[in-house]
Amino acid sequence: MSEVRTLVIDGKDVAASSDETVLSAAKENGIRIPTLCHLDGLSDVGACRLCMVEVEGSRKLLPACATKVEEGMRVTTQSDRLIAYRRNIIELFFLERNHICAVCVANNHCELQAQARELSLTHFELPALHPELAVDATHERFVLDQNRCILCTRCVRVCDEIEGAHTWDISGRGVASRLVSDLGTPWGSSTTCTSCGKCVQVCPTGALFEKGRSVAEPKPRRPYVPYLVKAQRRVP
Amino acid sequence: MTAEGPAAPGTAPDTGAAARRRRPAGPVLPEGPVRASANVCQAAGCLSLGSDRVFEALCEQVTARGLTDVVVRRVGCLGLCAAGPLVSVPEQGRVFDYVAAEGPDGPARVLAAISGGPAAPGSPQGGRVVSEDPFFSRQVKVVLERCGAIDPESLEDYTASGGYEALTRAVTEMSPEEVIAEVVVSGLRGRGGAGYPTGLKWRTVAKSSGSDGRFVVCNADEGDPGAFMDRSVLESCPHQVLEGMAIAGYAVRAERGYVYVRAEYPLAVKRLTNAIRQAEREGFLGREIAGTQFNFTIEARIGAGAFVCGEETALIASIEGGRGAPRPRPPYPAMSGLWGAPTLINNVETMANIPAVVSRGGAWLAGIGTERSKGTKVFALAGAVQNTGLIEVPMGLTLRQIVFDIGGGLAGGRRFKAVQTGGPSGGCIPEDMLDMPVDYESLASAGSIMGSGGMIVMDDKTCMVDVAKFFMDFCREESCGKCLPCRAGTEEMFRLLERISRGEATRLHLAQLESLAGMVRATSLCGLGQGAPNPVFSTLRYFRDEYMAHIDDRVCPAGVCPIAVPAVAGPSKAGGDK
Repeated sequence: MSEVRTLVIDGKDVAASSDETVLSAAKENGIRIPTLCHLDGLSDVGACRLCMVEVEGSRKLLPACATKVEEGMRVTTQSDRLIAYRRNIIELFFLERNHICAVCVANNHCELQAQARELSLTHFELPALHPELAVDATHERFVLDQNRCILCTRCVRVCDEIEGAHTWDISGRGVASRLVSDLGTPWGSSTTCTSCGKCVQVCPTGALFEKGRSVAEPKPRRPYVPYLVKAQRRVP
Repeated sequence: MTAEGPAAPGTAPDTGAAARRRRPAGPVLPEGPVRASANVCQAAGCLSLGSDRVFEALCEQVTARGLTDVVVRRVGCLGLCAAGPLVSVPEQGRVFDYVAAEGPDGPARVLAAISGGPAAPGSPQGGRVVSEDPFFSRQVKVVLERCGAIDPESLEDYTASGGYEALTRAVTEMSPEEVIAEVVVSGLRGRGGAGYPTGLKWRTVAKSSGSDGRFVVCNADEGDPGAFMDRSVLESCPHQVLEGMAIAGYAVRAERGYVYVRAEYPLAVKRLTNAIRQAEREGFLGREIAGTQFNFTIEARIGAGAFVCGEETALIASIEGGRGAPRPRPPYPAMSGLWGAPTLINNVETMANIPAVVSRGGAWLAGIGTERSKGTKVFALAGAVQNTGLIEVPMGLTLRQIVFDIGGGLAGGRRFKAVQTGGPSGGCIPEDMLDMPVDYESLASAGSIMGSGGMIVMDDKTCMVDVAKFFMDFCREESCGKCLPCRAGTEEMFRLLERISRGEATRLHLAQLESLAGMVRATSLCGLGQGAPNPVFSTLRYFRDEYMAHIDDRVCPAGVCPIAVPAVAGPSKAGGDK
């Protein structure tokens, strides 16, 4: 059973239960750690590496979303080094695909854009990769734009863990990794997709969006997953 | 269906069909005492040079000459891959190199030496004398003890050389805790690269609560460029690995084991699955091993060609049938591995050490090696060295001894430049550090790693920027794409290195490369990404002037890189203002 653990995050004494992560303990105490692949209600994969924190006594940086709290832990969530790495990470996210905010449905509601703004990222130092990527608009109601996908796998997880359809997954590897529906067939011909739209709601960028929406129009309802989890648990 | 019996003479050699065909009957086994045996290497290296035809030719010759006291056998790797096909005559302590299937270098040469007694030392016709040739005499064999001495496809050969005695002894005379204690005493550390204490890992798995069972996994997903230790061990003595796994299973109370072996090693897979079948038939695997209550089965799982599956959590995901991508640790597999059960994962070489640890005792192994690195290490010696091949040396031997004594120095009389250890997560060690002892700590302090045992010797024709670029290309190709720093970071680093090698970079690009490398190392999810910048860091540490030549002078000192300025016309024209 879970027990109470006390730890220090950014100099603040914090109490948390032993099954909690550093991220949730920090959040509960008003300490913000930036995240992209994490979403309350979904399992954590530790893929975006934005929530890396320093833990005293550990040689390595640890992802706050996938690190359980421990007694006497001393965590630092903000340091020059961490901020520099976070800027690098956000920059790489922008560079590996084709993110053009001005023509994006998610403009002003984009988590990637918000992170860049928060870190005052005004320009890129490294060259952009400019991959040629397809847009899958075969689905009746939704569109997948690979150009804006950051491979956070929120859609994969929500579809698998909440909806139970597992329409989405990742194919390929390295920079050639792509989000695919039903083993790589067009979304519109998917036999597993229930068209529930959860993936569209949880997408942090404009990679998955509803047809007929114009630039900057949709307001996604990302924080609704925990309610769905709760509702599911109540059903016997 | 394939025809049985030897192929008709004169038909085109078809190694594929030959390997699949039932093994042709060798010569009639001698009735009286054996005067000499000719052991023909049948590992991948020599096979690719036609050693199966050498074997058949030797059999024919022995039969034709009526040599009833000479036996011809197929054996595993004899080590000196550079000079294959190899035939060893252990009774005379000789290894014959470059043996052909016919002609003066053919079987006649081996048989002449056998009948004529010892030839004049130093004569190439007489083969290499094992006790005098430093390639053989400086090695200490624990893991490779039986490699090249027994038939890898024969269980009888293995048991005749003391095989499965350690397992029988462990399950009948020792408690699981005693077995673990023996491994702890041996000081054995993981041979997959990281060097985690094996005994500690075993004890952790044994003490983890495993109500739904435990698993033992042998990691044979060897993928470092230039490394072939695990392949050779599996091709030469698969039973030794199975025995080590069964002992591990007994020690940690597991009943099931998996060998995760890459599909690119068809011969190793074939010999491994054959060995599993044999061991099950003879009761060394399966139910009630050696008449005790201990049950242990082993299954081979074939990897589908992803380097990252050598990382333990990715390997577990792959065995479970999922996408081969790593997950954050902790929890470590020792607590939560295959299907959430405590799982012991050891490399092939680590497992192959276990039978000797049990039969000769942990203290015996601890007597070999250095203070903190015990035992021996198998290396795949490759690159610009004369004696490329498979070697096993005691820990603490210096790099100089390995490269110049065992390796015979550089091929073609060229100048030594660096030796690369640890594969894509390792580093390059320059000439002035050659007297460094080979152990986990020394290699790490030099900016490289022990790694799984790939050792690539580089001569002065090698460009270090090109080397860094090669390994970065490998990493970006093999990144699974799960975490951003490795996925996009390796790609950007590769492009920066390409820019430097084309002579189009400035010092700003070098600074960007260094800062990016630091970020990727610190933030990547698994060892692949964390280690990917290592070749860049180590080449920058020892060969920064080469980078600067590419950047400031726009020349590649080794003449390897495709610099657009008239590099072909001669580097003297380049240069200019800095």
